[in-house]
Parts: sequence; structure tokens; C-alpha cells
Amino acid sequence: MKFEQWKNFNSGSWENEINVRDFIQKNYTPYEGDSSFLSDATERTKKLWDEVLDLYKKERDAGGVLDISEDIASTISSHDAGYLDKELEQIVGFQTDKPLKRAIMPNGGIRIVEKSCSAYGRKVSDKIEDIYHNYRRTHNDGVFMAYTPEIRAARSSHLITGLPDGYGRGRIIGDYRRVALYGVDFLIEEKKKDFDNLAFNNITEELIKEREEHQDQILALQELKVMAQKYGFDISKPASNAKEAVQWTYFGYLGAIKEQNGAAMSLGRTATFLDIYFERDLKSGLLTEKEAQEIMDHFVMKLRMVRFLRTPEYDELFSGDPVWVTESIGGMGIDGRTLVTKNSFRILHTLETLGPAPEPNLTVLWSTRLPKGFKDYCSKLSINTSSIQYENDDLMRDYWGDDYGIACCVSAMRIGKQMQFFGARANLAKTLLYAINGGRDEKSGKQITDKMLPITSEYLDYDEVWEKFDKMCDWVARVYINALNIIHYMHDKYCYEKLEMALHDKDILRTMACGIAGLSIVADSFSAMKYAKVKVIRDDTGLAIDYKIEGDFPKYGNDDDRVDQIAVEIVKMFMNKLKKQPTYRNAKQTMSILTITSNVVYGKATGNTPDGREDGAPFGPGANPIHGRDTHGALAVLNTISKLPYKHAEDGISYTFAIVPKALGKDEKSRISNLTALLDGYFARFSHHINVNVFDRKLLEDAMEHPEKYPQLTIRVSGYAVNFTKLTREQQLDVINRTIHETIR
Amino acid sequence: MNGKIHSIETFGTVDGPGIRFVIFMQGCTLKCKYCHNRDTWNLHSGTTRTVPELIKEILNYKSYMDNSGGGVTVSGGEPLLQAEFVTELFKELKNLGIHTALDTAGSLPISQQIKELLKYTDLVILDIKHIDEKKAIHLTGFSNKNNLDFARYLSNLKIPVWIRQVLIPKYTDDKFDLQKLKKFIDSLENVEKVEILPYHDLGKFKWKELGDVYELENVSPPTEEDIKKAKLILEI
Repeated sequence: MKFEQWKNFNSGSWENEINVRDFIQKNYTPYEGDSSFLSDATERTKKLWDEVLDLYKKERDAGGVLDISEDIASTISSHDAGYLDKELEQIVGFQTDKPLKRAIMPNGGIRIVEKSCSAYGRKVSDKIEDIYHNYRRTHNDGVFMAYTPEIRAARSSHLITGLPDGYGRGRIIGDYRRVALYGVDFLIEEKKKDFDNLAFNNITEELIKEREEHQDQILALQELKVMAQKYGFDISKPASNAKEAVQWTYFGYLGAIKEQNGAAMSLGRTATFLDIYFERDLKSGLLTEKEAQEIMDHFVMKLRMVRFLRTPEYDELFSGDPVWVTESIGGMGIDGRTLVTKNSFRILHTLETLGPAPEPNLTVLWSTRLPKGFKDYCSKLSINTSSIQYENDDLMRDYWGDDYGIACCVSAMRIGKQMQFFGARANLAKTLLYAINGGRDEKSGKQITDKMLPITSEYLDYDEVWEKFDKMCDWVARVYINALNIIHYMHDKYCYEKLEMALHDKDILRTMACGIAGLSIVADSFSAMKYAKVKVIRDDTGLAIDYKIEGDFPKYGNDDDRVDQIAVEIVKMFMNKLKKQPTYRNAKQTMSILTITSNVVYGKATGNTPDGREDGAPFGPGANPIHGRDTHGALAVLNTISKLPYKHAEDGISYTFAIVPKALGKDEKSRISNLTALLDGYFARFSHHINVNVFDRKLLEDAMEHPEKYPQLTIRVSGYAVNFTKLTREQQLDVINRTIHETIR
Repeated sequence: MNGKIHSIETFGTVDGPGIRFVIFMQGCTLKCKYCHNRDTWNLHSGTTRTVPELIKEILNYKSYMDNSGGGVTVSGGEPLLQAEFVTELFKELKNLGIHTALDTAGSLPISQQIKELLKYTDLVILDIKHIDEKKAIHLTGFSNKNNLDFARYLSNLKIPVWIRQVLIPKYTDDKFDLQKLKKFIDSLENVEKVEILPYHDLGKFKWKELGDVYELENVSPPTEEDIKKAKLILEI
């Protein structure tokens, strides 16, 4: 063996080249049992967690941000070591020198940093202002220098929203496991070899870029070692035991979140990898189950304390201070063995040892073939904590193999082999209104797109509107991808994720991850045109501002093909338009049906729609129907969602589900078995994602009035979990008003 | 043939084992004062559906049923009022290997048609309206004779039954009545489960919408203590 730290591991090609998957496959121990082996929290854990809760409270009392490190532009090694309680912490490391103290990362944009600081009564140091205003351009500045007038118009009219032009794009997962398995020196050696292979006779622009990037990656790895050194660790060599493996992996992640304030900074798929180290230590008597749980608890505590400084506008879009420390758990291997290990249970068990929490964003990769003990444990935790999301491993394994992870909410990517250019989303409901109004905004009356012929008839004709909608989608897709091309060019140029990319292979797949919002509104609008009559109400300038529906029509979310197939057509049509656009670095176009919490903001910016939705009313989140339109019970909605084709929405299809405990079954046992059956049934239909919430509306109403009583109340919103009391009041109301399935019995 | 349907719940978890596709039939002749589905009484409203249509829809949910040991429950309204339709539906479901449950008050005399229906019924969920005849008349407008006869008939045929008693303070919570009910249940040979359904007023608004007077306006749902007492008597 190359390293003594690899003692007792089974050999494989992973020893000679970077191949974490091969290491896992050769060494992991599938676990088919139930949760009875798990240990409770240790005294040390309880004490430490109390200290964290105390800090949380101070953070809340301080208005949401405890402290800001406004004098240092954060880099991987910029800050001194920080501790919460050095005596108790088994896993160490914070983004700055103090827990919950937020770093500033001006490479994304200096104005954003200034705005964020001033929102909390702070000010960026003069030196940093001077540098970033006078000497160093930021991503944000670069983007706005290159934006075209039509992009600006589409952006300010909320046709295309949430673009990462003012904040870090995120949604890149470094393979942090590599730090533990190989140690940093080996990773640097391999990068140097890659660099040497980036020399050809003809130096092209792309090659220059890659050579520079590789040098940046090597620098980042060297800096990572310095960062760990500040905590007294030498991570140049591989981790030699479980605790080190967790620590090394966390250091990799920590370096990334010190360098980048990305929209979603996900962890990857670490639990089963780490289990190999736990199993080795447990077998050799170095570790007890109690100690193993303690290490995972302390690791998760750190993940729960990741913080980024963001502007109030950002919070409005993505409410509740989310980080998307997404960890993907479980799934099946392509050889048929389950990838569930004891450590998959341990990381989920933190919801019990430490109580519910939105982060890390625990994501179970569900397969109908998962061991029953694991399925039932997941269901039980969902019922008790509403903190887990589920994604279809049987579906994604075909696309991404068995070592992919979820970035953010629903974006699958092969770990270390793939990244995405995050692209937020286009507002399709507004696109439809623009189609009707020839590109004029229904609220301002301004001409936003190229001038097109508006609909002038009294009643909307399905075919005529579809044709115009199709044309309008051409315009939107083109302007949308143009914007993304500029954004990602500039992000690479001014805010390159050098550490995250250092933990990737040399040749990677890049996706251009677009998204859509308002799918159910557009589907219902066309359904209304087809099965009822939709009368247009115009103002005196001829602008369609309202719609009157005469008669009833099938509504999306009730397993009714007449409308569900319209939704499928919309997804395919828009995806095909995206595919026609040339992309930066030849990224492969993908699309998500996901809104996160921005469904509320989108709603506010969108006027009356032909489905009867009123001006300002929230959209359904993700692929959800509009609240209250699904009247056939929980499974009918699930069946509707399952019709949306993943093939045309490879960046994920998010569905958020809420049910009262009583409607799941009469007692705990039947609730667990019914939820497990629901998930099995849903995913057997090739559906992609579901957030599971189990709560009573009354509980949420009480939490709105008495937030202090519910410091850890967690709910799942579109693609992430959030502390309910951290949502804005509007968003809280949106959650409460959503369909919560209950049967009156 | 056509059936009159009030509504469908695709994710029923309380009316029978596992996950149930629940069909609420339109129409009921009883006049239960506490009815939470007042809108199902009218015999002439509802949506008209055919058996093949329903079967097609039900099959969309078969994987959920199979995974949970569930099936289809026909409730109402009073499903026996459309026994012929339900028979045809259940016959088809049995051909497809789907578990069938009938949620009824057994409020009709046992006809040839009902006997035929029971051949294809795996489980009957039987509401005992009131064990005392006079109180039953007061509460539902009808004698409990058909109700109890139906229970005995099912016992003779050994069709599995879940007995349900809605617990309404001052109406159905009398100790002696409950003891009498317990005795009656003990005389049956097919009871798999006895359930207390605590009265709630969540269906009250439907009465008001239909311009009716809700007589139980001042009745509160039973307390945990009330429920415990009743369960003790029924030994559940």
C-alpha cells in the first residue's frame, strides 16, 4: 500500500489514481438491519449542542446576524482558527475566527457585500472598499458591463429572476472525500500531472483558461493545508482513522465555504464513504458506537453552523438563511447492493440526538429496493421532524451512476466529475401573459420583448395562444441563455471556485441548469381555454389585464390527463428551445421545475393569469399545483407530478407535500407503513423528488404567534428545509395556506 | 351502468387497512344529526361515473395499494342505496385482485342485491348508529333494526367487520348503552376491530351552506377522558 493510513483496506485502482467510488465499492459494508443499534447523544454532545442553541438565540436576538468579519476578504486561509468550546468539540473549524461570525467574499460583488453589511448596521473596511472599487473588478461588475438591453429588461420585469449575477452561483460539489482518502499532497501531485497534460501544439483560449484554472486549483490545495495547520492538523497525508476522516472531509468543505458564498454549497455523498472508516475502527476496537455517533453529531453541528452574509433581497427569494449543505444518503449500487450503511442511519439520527434542523439538507436517495429497516426509519423521522427530502435513486442511477450527489435541492451530479452553471429560472406564467400582450408587461404596460402581435379576440383561443406562447418562449429561451452565458463567463473570470474545482477531475461535464416557474399556472390556463371559455378584459390601451372564466375545466394536480399532458408538453417545448441555444463552454442545457421559496416573489410580480389566479397570488412551489386546486387527495397529485418527464427536466422536478399526522394513519405503526408505501408507490412511477411534511396547521399558526416556543421547528419548502420561524410572514402564510392533506373523519 | 359519486379520496388511510382509494357515493336516507358529510344526502346530485371509468382510475393507484396492503373502500352517503353499481365495481376489483371494503350503516333491509354485493366484499366497516332503538330514531330519524340485522347477517356469513361507534357526548356516551353495545358486539363472530370515532364538528359548515340547522351546535367533541372511558367499556 502506498500509505500506511490505508491499512486493512481492500486494494483497487483507487490506490493508484483518484477514484473514490472504486474505494467505496471495494470497501463498504452494506447494512440491511434496522435502527436499534443507534446510540443516544453523549453528555459532551448535549452540552455542546446547548451552547449552539444559546448562540442561535443570540443570533436571533441580534436580528439574524450575530457578527460580521468586515475587515477581511475571506479566502481559504484568511482567518485564524475559531472554536465554540475547544474542550468539547470533536470536530473543529469555522468559516471565521468565531462561530456564526459571517465572512465577506467581495469577489462575487462588492456592492452586495456593502449592502449586506449596512442592512445589519455594519460597514466594510475602507481598505477593502478601496481595493474592490478601484483595483479589482468583481463578478457582479463584470456581468453588468456585458449585459444587453434585452437581458436587463427581462430581468427588471421579473420575466427572468434569481439570476446569480449578484451572488455566488454555487451548486458545485467538491469531492471533499478526496481530502480524507488521499491527503492533499497526493491531490496536488495529480493536479500537476493533469496540468502537464494541458499542453498542446496549439494553445487555444479554452486551453489557456484551463491551464490558469489548474494553477489556481493547486494554489487552493496548498492553501487548504495552511488552513488545517491553523487548527493543528497536517492534512497533507490521508486520514488514518474515522475521526480524522470526518475532520479531513469537513476541512475540504470548510475551505470551499470560506472561499465561496455560493447560492447552494452542498456536501455531496459522504456518509457511506465515512462508514468505511467507522467500520474499520469499530472492528479494531478503536471506537464504540457511542463515540461514532458523537463524531457524526459534532460534524453535523458544524454543518448546522455554516453561515453566509446575504442581502435582504436574497432572503426574500431564498428565505430562512439556507445554505443547502445537501448530503445525499442511501441509494443502491449498480451491482445491486444497497449503499445504505450504519453511517447512513447515524447521520439521519442527528435529527434525534440534536433535534430537527433544516441543515444539513438531508436527502435520501430512495429506491424501492432499499432495506425495509432503512425505509421505515426514514418514514419515522419524516413523521417526527419534517426534515428529510427524498429523490428517486432508481431513476437517477440510470443517468448518473451510483456515486452522484444532489447539489442544492434537486440537481444531481456525478461527484467530482460534473458541475453546473446555475441558472435560476424563467417565469413561464409571465411569458404566457407576454404572449397574449405581444411582449408588453401586464403590470407596467411597457414593451419588454421584441414587439409581437398581441391577441385581440374577446375569448382566448387555445391554438392561437399556444402558437404565440411558443414564439414568446423562443425569445425568452434565447435571452435567458444569453444572460447565463455572460454570468458564467464572468463568474469563471472573477470568482472561480478554485478549491471546489480542485476536488474535481480534469475533464468534467458542465451543465447549463435553467429552470422554470409557474408550470401549473400555464397548464391550467391552457386547460381553461380548451375546456371552458376565457374572456379577456383589457384596459383602454388594449392591454389584457384580467380574465373571466366561464365554465369549469380540469385542473393540474388531480391525475387528469386532459390537463396534465398539457403540462408535459410545456416542459418538453421549453426544454427543446433551451437546447437550441449555444452555451458558454459548451455546457449541456438542462432544466429544473423548482422555485425554492421564490414562488411568493414570482407571484407578487405577476398579474392576473387566465387560469383565474389573481394578481400577486403566490405560484405553486416547484411542480406543485396552485394551492387548493388539487381536490382528489394526496395520491392524485403524486400521479400528476410523476407524469412530468425527468428526461426533459434533468435538473430536477420538485414537489412539496404536506399532510396532517392523522391523515397518514391511526397510529405510529400504520403511519410509518403508509408513508413508506406512499414513497415506494410514488417513486415506482419514475417521479423525481418529494419533500415530506407531516404537521398540523394549528401547530404552524401557533408558531407564527409564538416563535420563541419553536426554535427548532423545521419544515420542508421547495427543495430545502427551513426553520419555520425564520420565514417572512408572507412566506409563513403561504405555507399555511397550501394544501395540507387531511381527511375529515 | 352508472353510479352517482359524491367525491373521491385517493389517499385514504383510516377506512380499512393500508392505503385506500375511497369512493364516496352520493345519497343517504338517514338523517344523522352529527353527519359530517351532509352534502352527500341528496339522492339526485353527484357526478355520474361508470364502472370501467372508475376501474381505470383506480388502477393508477394500484402500486400504492399493493405496497401498503390497501385497496378500495366504498363509503358515502349510503353505498347500499347503489348496491347494484357497487356490486359491479367490486366484482371487477376482485378480478383484479384488489381488496374491497364497504363502509356502511347497513340501513336498508337485506335484499337479494345486497346479498350479491356481499359476495365480493372483503371487509365491512359498519357504523352502529345507536344500540338503543329509541335513541337511534332520535339521532338518525330511523330505527336501528336494519342496522343490527345487517350486523348479524354479516356474522352468519363470517364476513370480516370493523365496528364503529361515533362517540357524541350526551348522545352516544351513556355507560349503559355502551355496555349494551359491547354485549351485542360480543354476540357477533366476525368482528376484527372495534373503533371509537370521536365526534367532531368539522362538517358543520356544510349544513350551513345548505341552509340547514345544525342541532348539535352546542355539543363539544369528547375529551380524551371521555374517549378513554368508552374504550374501557368496549375493551379496546
